[in-house]
Parts: sequence; structure tokens; C-alpha cells
Amino acid sequence: MNTDGSIAERPKNPIDWQALRHDFPILHQEVNGHPLVYLDNAATSQKPRLVIDALRHYYENDNANVHRGVHELSSRASAAYEGARNRAAQFVNARSANEIVFTRGTTEAINLVAQAWGTQHIKAGDKILLTEMEHHSNIVPWQLLAERVGAELVYLPVSCDKGLLDLSRLDEWLTRDVKLFAMTHISNTLGTVNPVVELCARARKVGAVTLVDGAQSAGHCLIDVQEIGCDFLAFSGHKMCGPTGIGVLYGRLERLEATPPYQGGGDMISTVEFQSSTWNKVPHKFEAGTPHISGAIGLHAAMDYLDAIGRENIAQHDHELAAYAYGELARLKGIRLFGPHVGRAGVVSFLAADVHAHDLVTVADQRGVALRGGHHCNQPLMKKLGVESTARASFYFYNTRSEVDRLVEVLKEIQKFFGGNS
Amino acid sequence: MFDDLNDLYQQVILDHSKSPRNFQKMEKANRVAEGKNPLCGDQVTLYLLMEGEVVKDISFQGSGCAISKASASLLTDSLKGKTREQVKRLFEEVREMITTGKINGDEIGKLAVFAGVHKFPARVKCAILPWHAVVAAMEGKPEPVSTE
Repeated sequence: MNTDGSIAERPKNPIDWQALRHDFPILHQEVNGHPLVYLDNAATSQKPRLVIDALRHYYENDNANVHRGVHELSSRASAAYEGARNRAAQFVNARSANEIVFTRGTTEAINLVAQAWGTQHIKAGDKILLTEMEHHSNIVPWQLLAERVGAELVYLPVSCDKGLLDLSRLDEWLTRDVKLFAMTHISNTLGTVNPVVELCARARKVGAVTLVDGAQSAGHCLIDVQEIGCDFLAFSGHKMCGPTGIGVLYGRLERLEATPPYQGGGDMISTVEFQSSTWNKVPHKFEAGTPHISGAIGLHAAMDYLDAIGRENIAQHDHELAAYAYGELARLKGIRLFGPHVGRAGVVSFLAADVHAHDLVTVADQRGVALRGGHHCNQPLMKKLGVESTARASFYFYNTRSEVDRLVEVLKEIQKFFGGNS
Repeated sequence: MFDDLNDLYQQVILDHSKSPRNFQKMEKANRVAEGKNPLCGDQVTLYLLMEGEVVKDISFQGSGCAISKASASLLTDSLKGKTREQVKRLFEEVREMITTGKINGDEIGKLAVFAGVHKFPARVKCAILPWHAVVAAMEGKPEPVSTE
């Protein structure tokens, strides 16, 4: 899948996906007496040995604080940390590494924009446009901001049957008083791939600043912030083979420069006096305190790993596997599927008639199949869809067709168990 | 084939989840409390008619998984006619059983079907939710109770 949601051509040299599974030590275990089938990748991905080794190597060889020491280890740690920043800039095709701020993850990145940029630039009466398929992390920070400054939140509707944004009505929502438009690239519940290039272009026409939530897309398809044309893009390391606790906020340089500091502390300052301080340059202005150095180094290794496979290949694999899963689940009786019928990312949400999602997930777990059941941090969307929760299978490149077959087999068993006992 | 699952989903639980008892709003209730599990969206409302210290009548409404629904249904079946003190004591016994699997005292009765829940830590909250709500209803707490 490309940035715009279209499907890339099949690679000339097919990848041996089965062999890649050997890079992930965690996949080779039994859970509740059955081989693990890990289908909760939208929550977090597993980590290849190479990323785990990078963390170990750092702590065994180079560990020191960054940006302040003159000794050898500090120089190495600083070089590795800033190397990760350069790599992240390249990963999303930013113009400069100064446009990359390390955060704890997508959530903190969005909070940074809402609190620091938003407080400065969003005024009473302004509108903040979101979509109805946003994760709580791309709703609540804006609610806090709106409450603080007296702005209004408006939501671009999603169609319940297809799980797509209603672009024909975009002009009704994207008005001149919208100052910020924040949208998810890929829905963590529906698997919808939003046309972010078009959405950002339309936002620019009315002078709205844009933020793209790339949590579900960054490790799953090529990301080019210049092509997308967004002002901000946020993503998490742990959903793309990296460690937890590290993420990235990309911000267009002029936007970051017009943003006041987020948190105060060491490293984010230039000079400090008893009564006042001056700020360090972007992006260090936004990184108070000792950063997650090992996390950034692990993320660097993860980005290298993903690009060695090829993110366009990963997107293709995700897409094919999700389409296969959707088709197989659609053939079962009593299964309700959510989201777009075609062109979906590697996320399939569903419900089985008369079986609550949590019961379904508990039983699947007893068969070694790890699914997610619940509202997926999408409560307003669930309400709109008229359900409390769904079960969700989410895929990554190490998942296989035989794992989808296993899911289907287990689902049949679940239907029999709950149906057969009535 | 389903041996392991029968520990959790005993026949009585499946039966009560499909045909819950006392599953309606009670107009004459003088105590009402709502229980919510924000993690999974389970929601239960308990209606009590208290006469002095005694639970004269009890019913519930709500939506949730088989465990939470069956727990609410069996709870309403078990509490009719009990005093406030007896309900509180039973709540402690049920909580102990659901979290450890141990059954203390002889009040548990058919609620013993929930003993298997302790092997599924993620589901303990589902079983305990209506109990929190009933205690809150008896105490007349105005805010919805939460298992978080």
C-alpha cells in the first residue's frame, strides 16, 4: 500500500515470510498448550532479535547520558541517539532531522502538539476537526485543549456500512474556522486507510494545520511526510518492531519553531537564570530531561529491519492477509464484519452472533490465538456502529495464511461451544 | 473437546447468560446503582427494593459478556430476602472465591459455578462487576461504580 492507500505492485523477488518468523524469538512458544498465533499487532508488534540485541549492545557497551558529557561513552551514546533521529527523518522523508522530536509514543506526540502548539495557536471560537474513527489518543488531548481555550470539536462522519470517511461532505466540515484537522492514517478498529494526501491538501486550502496519527501506518507502509503534506505526524516505535516508550513527532520546522516548550527541564534550555530561561533549539526544546536513549537506538534498529524487508512489501503482505481473513470470515455463518470490504490494512474487526467479544477472545486464547476484544480505545465509534465491543485480528508480516486458517477453525469451535450449549 | 472451557463457562453460566433471570427494570425500586467496566464496555444497572434492612426485591438490566451477565443473574436469584449484612458477607465470600478459587462458608450455594473464574485473571472483573453495583446500590452511592 502506498501513502495514498493504493496498492503497490507485487515485488519482483518474493520475500520468504516464513523465514522472517525465525527473527522473532517470542513467536516460537506454546500458549495454553497450543502454538501461539499472535494476531494483536495493532496493539503492539513483536520484536525481532536484532532490536533486542541493539538494546543489549547499547547497555553493555555504550551506556552514558547524552548531550552533556565529554567522555567517550557519552559521545558514543549521543552519536547513537542523534543517529536514530537522522534515521527517523529519513524513514518519513522529513527535510531535516530537526523536524524529529522523540516522545514516549504517539499519545505523547499528540499531547505535545495539543498542549504546546494548540495552546498558543487555537483561540476561543476556533474549530478543531477530527474524524469519527479516531483513537482516544487523538480525541482526548483535543478535548482538553478545547476546554482550556474555548474551542469547538467537530467530527467528520464515517459511514457505518463501509467504514469510510464521507469525503463528499468534507467541505461542510472543513470550513475557514477550522484551525486544526487531526486524522488517523489507518483506523485501528476498521482497518480503513484514509486518503491523507487529499485530506491534508483540502485542509491547506482553508488554512488549517494538519496532524496525521501514524500509529497504525508507520511500520506498515511507506510514509513520506512531504508527499502527505501534513504539518505534524505522530507514531510509536512499539507497533513497528521497536521498543515500548519511544515514539516520534514529526513537525514541519516552521511549525515546531512557532511552538513554545512542552515540558521544562534539562537539555531543553539554552541558558537558565533564577527568574527566567531561554530555550534550546528545535527539536531539543521539546525533549526535557534524559531521553529514552536505548529506545531511540532500538527504534533505529527496527527501522533498518523494516526497510531491509521493504515497507511496500510489508504493506502488500498485510493487505493480502487481511483480504484473505476477511473473505474466510465472511464465509462463516453469524459473523458480522466491520470496516471497508476492499483496500483495508491488516486489521479485521468482527463479531460472532450471540457471543460477546470478550468471551470469544477468552476462548481463542485458550486455543493459543491472541486477539483483542473490546472498544479498541474507540468508544465514540463503537457507539456509532451500535456495538459495545468487537473482536479484532490484526496482522503483521510475520503472520501467515495458515494462522488465518487456525483463527477460522477456532472461531468455528467457539460458535459450536456457545451455540451448541443452548 | 471443551474440557478446559467448561471450568469457566459452566452450563449454569451459559444458561443464565442466555436467559437471564430478573432481567428488567424495577419501577418500584428504592435503590439503583450502575456498574461499568470501562475496559470492555460492560454495563449493568441493579434495581433494589429495600424494606428496612431486607432485600425485598431485586432486578437488573445491562449488557456484557456471558460471565458478567450470568453473575448478575445469579446474584439477583441469590439475594432476595437477604439482609444488608448477609449481602455484604456474601459479597466478601464471592470475591474471595472469584479471586482465589477457595470457597469459605456455606452461603455460596450455586454461586460456586464462578469458582473457575480465578484461573482467568482477565475475567475476574466481569464476574465481580454486578457485586460492586449491588453493594453501591445498598449504600445508596450516587456515582456509577467502576471495576477500574
